Amino acid sequence: MSNDNQSSINTNLPDAAGHFGIFGGRFVSETLIPALDELNELYQRLKDDPDFQAEFDKDLAHYVGRPSPLYFAERWTRELGGAQIYLKREDLNHTGAHKVNNTIGQALLAKYTGKKRVIAETGAGQHGVATATVCARLGLECVVYMGAEDVQRQKLNVYRMKLLGAKVVSVTSGSKTLKDAMNEALRDWATNVDNTFYIIGTAAGPHPYPQLVRDFQCVIGREARHQCLNQTGKLPDALVACVGGGSNAIGLFHPFLEDKDVAMYGVEAGGLGVETGKHAAPLNDGIPGVLHGNRTYLMEDENGQIIDTHSVSAGLDYPGVGPEHSWLKDVGRAKYVAINDDEALAAFRKTTLVEGIMPALETSHALAYVEKLAPTMRPDQIIICNLSGRGDKDILTVAELDGITV
Amino acid sequence: MNRINECLQQFKSQGRKALVGYIVSGDPFLDATLPAMHKLVAEGVDIIELGIPFSDPMADGPVIQLAHERALANNVSLTDTLAVVTEFRKTNSYTPVILMGYANPVERMGYKAFASLAKNSGIDGILTVDLPPEEALGLNVELKSVGIENIFLLAPSTTIERANMIVNMAGGFLYYVSLNGVTGAGNLDIDSVAAKVTELRGLTDLPICVGFGIKDAESAAAVGNLADGVVIGSVLVKQAQLLAELGTDAVVEGMGGVVKPIRAALDALV
Repeated sequence: MSNDNQSSINTNLPDAAGHFGIFGGRFVSETLIPALDELNELYQRLKDDPDFQAEFDKDLAHYVGRPSPLYFAERWTRELGGAQIYLKREDLNHTGAHKVNNTIGQALLAKYTGKKRVIAETGAGQHGVATATVCARLGLECVVYMGAEDVQRQKLNVYRMKLLGAKVVSVTSGSKTLKDAMNEALRDWATNVDNTFYIIGTAAGPHPYPQLVRDFQCVIGREARHQCLNQTGKLPDALVACVGGGSNAIGLFHPFLEDKDVAMYGVEAGGLGVETGKHAAPLNDGIPGVLHGNRTYLMEDENGQIIDTHSVSAGLDYPGVGPEHSWLKDVGRAKYVAINDDEALAAFRKTTLVEGIMPALETSHALAYVEKLAPTMRPDQIIICNLSGRGDKDILTVAELDGITV
Repeated sequence: MNRINECLQQFKSQGRKALVGYIVSGDPFLDATLPAMHKLVAEGVDIIELGIPFSDPMADGPVIQLAHERALANNVSLTDTLAVVTEFRKTNSYTPVILMGYANPVERMGYKAFASLAKNSGIDGILTVDLPPEEALGLNVELKSVGIENIFLLAPSTTIERANMIVNMAGGFLYYVSLNGVTGAGNLDIDSVAAKVTELRGLTDLPICVGFGIKDAESAAAVGNLADGVVIGSVLVKQAQLLAELGTDAVVEGMGGVVKPIRAALDALV
């Protein structure tokens, strides 16, 4: 599985201006630049501060419930008859997904800024719930922007956010999904920048967000690396994670970047099939452009207009991707593949039946790729798949596809 | 000399205030844009700011968001926008035209191709909302080589250090965003605009135009007292929204009707 075509890559990115090669950067209106400067200055100072790190680690241990287990999926491994499959159980975190690692970190930053109002965008609602959760705990006002279409298909998470005291704003502009929610959150931030902290949910957006979200999510990869060495005596041969914006994937991948023999697979949402154009797979079928504060691979038409995406999973239904993934693709360190709606749904059922673990539909894309990859590998080889979130929120979607009213 | 500099210098020497009018290309119909541009000029707009339709207008309020959606429903692109300006130049060689928009359509066309096509169409400047000076170096090189000005925004939150850096890169005029927020917002604070404009005057001789939140003769006069020019946008675009059903002539007349009292208020300042 070694990647011989690249010797060593720079793991100290982004540069001071937030660039990963040609990707990343800071493409926002002037109103927001001073706030980003302030956040960057604060973060670069705190990221190596032992007190800040200790506070973060303490919250992850006692509030989130970390470390999350690295679980050997024995029955599924036997069924697939190839590499040994280990699942990094981010679904067992408080609130049920990896998202909370980041919101805990950013809420700590918000505390240092003294800002009492928090905004967030959300797709599937997992980041919205994770943000509402930390705001409830810290007594901060919380406003979550969510596309009107996602409000419909993720009703349970909308209600969870309301119970947690957050205000959920249904966004009806554009395609009424995650990208439009992000537009609206950026408009709110420009208006209320003096008293508002924007907790971005994925490793994308203007610098320093791609860096700080990655850093907070790297706890996934650091734990997984350590656990794998402890439990198996060696490093994994391959990592697999789903990629929408890509925060769970970059959190798993980044601590392994210098381990040259560890292959990395990011799994995008293939929707009805990449060849149909109805998907959310910019790394498979997009080109570099500028949206939401960063340069990255995007799904756009020949005039540079962002096009509507399609995925059965709300959390992957986004036309862009975090800039570090764009860079990892271009330098060849990670490979990005696509899994269609049907394949993801099949993996959702399979993992539920064979391992008793009900994954999120987002995560199911990664699991579906594991089903393809594992049989091509030897039984002494190891795959770690990030089980990024649990599937309770998706039960209504799956039931509806089955024609069942719950 | 670039038409923008010529226009603003002349106004300064006459002690008059420039009126900058923003509409979105192709809103509400592609064939409404050319007559609307001529009408704006006839009623007293001095500089035309032509919006390039974009799918994700992040810095715009609801009125201009809908204008972008209408224009995109008509499939209007950056290429169409440049073609409208080419037509406009056939009968108007003096009014400065600035494109205003977001980076991605320009990125997609390519900086070099864009600069050359824009020059040939008779464009004088461009303002790219999400391309701050730090990210604009590549585009700047191409614009400079054809003599198109890159107009930059300054905001209430811009520090004096940043303002210094921006004025050194800026051309044409400085566009001061009067408030924290999106286009068409209602929280204009004249005292804070006055303080910031005074601060900027200490840094540069570039003319200063102020936009965002100016919606009538009264607010235009208040801002005109402080700045070299006043930008109106949402209040014009709103006419396209209200009158689209009645057709192009009604929209064009409606926009002209908005300009008239604002022009009169600015002229009364002299």
